[in-house]
Amino acid sequence: MKHYLDFEKPLAEIEGKAEELRALARENADMDISAEVEALDRKAEQLLSELYRSLDPWRKAQVARHPERPHTLEYIEALFTEFTPLAGDRGFGEDKAIVGGLARFNDRPVVVMGHEKGADTHSRIERNFGMARPEGYRKAVRLMDLADRFGLPVITFIDTPGAYPGRGAEERGQAEAIARSTEKCLRIRVPLISVVIGEGGSGGAVALATGNRVAMLEHAIYSVISPEGCASILWKDAEKMRDAAEALRLTAQDLHALGVIDRIIPEPVGGAHRSREEVIPAVGKAIEEMLAPLEKLAPEEILAQRRRKYLEMGRKGLAA
Amino acid sequence: MNWITNYVRPKINSLFSRREVPENLWKKCPECGTMLFHRELKESLNVCVNCGHHMHITPRERFKALFDGGIFTEIEVPQPVVDPLKFRDQKRYPDRLKAAQKKTGEREAVLVVEGEIMRTPVVAAGQDFSFMGGSMGMYVGNAIIAAAERAVERRLPLILFAAAGGARMQEGILSLMQMPRTTIAVEMLKEARLPYVVVLTHPTTGGVTASYAMLGDVHIAEPGALICFAGPRVIEQTIREKLPEGFQRSEYLHEHGMVDRVTDRRKLREELVTIIRMLMRQPPAVRGDLPEPAAAEDTASAGKATQDKSATKKGAAAGNPAGRNG
Repeated sequence: MKHYLDFEKPLAEIEGKAEELRALARENADMDISAEVEALDRKAEQLLSELYRSLDPWRKAQVARHPERPHTLEYIEALFTEFTPLAGDRGFGEDKAIVGGLARFNDRPVVVMGHEKGADTHSRIERNFGMARPEGYRKAVRLMDLADRFGLPVITFIDTPGAYPGRGAEERGQAEAIARSTEKCLRIRVPLISVVIGEGGSGGAVALATGNRVAMLEHAIYSVISPEGCASILWKDAEKMRDAAEALRLTAQDLHALGVIDRIIPEPVGGAHRSREEVIPAVGKAIEEMLAPLEKLAPEEILAQRRRKYLEMGRKGLAA
Repeated sequence: MNWITNYVRPKINSLFSRREVPENLWKKCPECGTMLFHRELKESLNVCVNCGHHMHITPRERFKALFDGGIFTEIEVPQPVVDPLKFRDQKRYPDRLKAAQKKTGEREAVLVVEGEIMRTPVVAAGQDFSFMGGSMGMYVGNAIIAAAERAVERRLPLILFAAAGGARMQEGILSLMQMPRTTIAVEMLKEARLPYVVVLTHPTTGGVTASYAMLGDVHIAEPGALICFAGPRVIEQTIREKLPEGFQRSEYLHEHGMVDRVTDRRKLREELVTIIRMLMRQPPAVRGDLPEPAAAEDTASAGKATQDKSATKKGAAAGNPAGRNG
């Protein structure tokens, strides 16, 4: 069963009809309905590209959170070889909301990590829907330290609603863990490349996304607060999330205009989940293009470049 | 409270009815209900003399009491682009800013100053919760960076008084980017081997706690302050259970190893100096022959003077927004 978003309802109808016709044709071999099916397919395709040509920010947020959207582990499995997951913060536990380890990217050894939301009910619960606890960020710090000591580039995939707001997480120092992780991002002398593949949720995202180069998928979002959270605070009405999404300027296009991200990676028509074969290699190509020039720099220069980037950030406003 | 309600109105009232006590001379402690006389309250730094409850204090009031003779100079903060997103919720963001400026008499949610505490020179930054919840936007980020840069330049320690509801939503992603930016400021201090002491005051939450406020060499919390990443309401909604008494308060954080000390505001001055002088390998502070910090009446005007000066400089800085790193 395909998952359709609210605004994709008309599309669901057309694609459903085409599917019914196909099923009918399979049962009755003498029926010739290929012309009708083709017409429906064309109509669906047209509607899809129309819908996705101008997604408003709230729709983008929905696409970014689409349950079938490829998540971190899928990218790691497709783009990396010899992936060897490493676990634990050496203090309290192993947080499955952040995956990471050693791997090879186009043959070179790297440290790769990211938030993992999970792909079905079981794994989603196991991964806590990609919402990390302090252990997750402390593991990230440990892995970045490892990368720094052995001169391995770090590649991070960002996909989280935010850090987990729970009692235990607070007691074990969620804020401190995030602060240390961001600090570590800024301290390592190896290239750090981040790709926001779905949701970049606030501090929980920044903790892994403070990179030399940051890219976003075309329909990904990256924001200081979720549209729902912002709406309930500033509009006193969580139902105003459309207005909030608009006002927050959380799309890849807005962030690029603001100079917060370096690059937008195009998605297939209908979003990343409609064609993994297209989007995953596109992400791989973008990472390679961002990483290669940085590898030529001296370690101190890599660190200095990252700091300059953030110190200078926010000088330009967004026109209109 | 401003000078009109504090001074003029009582004076006028006293002309007409000598017996009536103007109510604004008294403040009720929200914790124990004790009525506190305003002069007494000022002397105790807005701490209830009966139960020790710590009430809100503005950075300017705090600094007047903290620095020797109430004397300090303001450090100029580079003005960022105002309202970069053209943010509008029920109000326009520039209108909210103007309202906050009118209410507090301050330019933004943080005050960066330099001066001497018990003859120990320091740079200090104080966040003002009464200015849009002390929220961290680009100005606050610039202020923390300016404070660190000044401390490094003059080889002085930095004391940060944190107070914030979190990031400033009206600046969207750019407010979030202040987390890495302020972290770089802390890195500058660490690399220069200068002490960075954080005083966590009520409340310190969200992105501020998750960046520069939790990266100090020493963390001191004022009693009873709410210090957290996610607020208690958010957590209760998520896990649907009542949280224990005192959850996320200073004492609770102390027990869970997140802060070094919980210190009464009235004792902070001594304690900060003691810690800083040791970290700076300076001899113990000379006590006893120092001017009383209460003689601060002329500092109010001194503070204003620096503010006016920075206002004129602001025009020049706006013409060259990239100048700050230059």
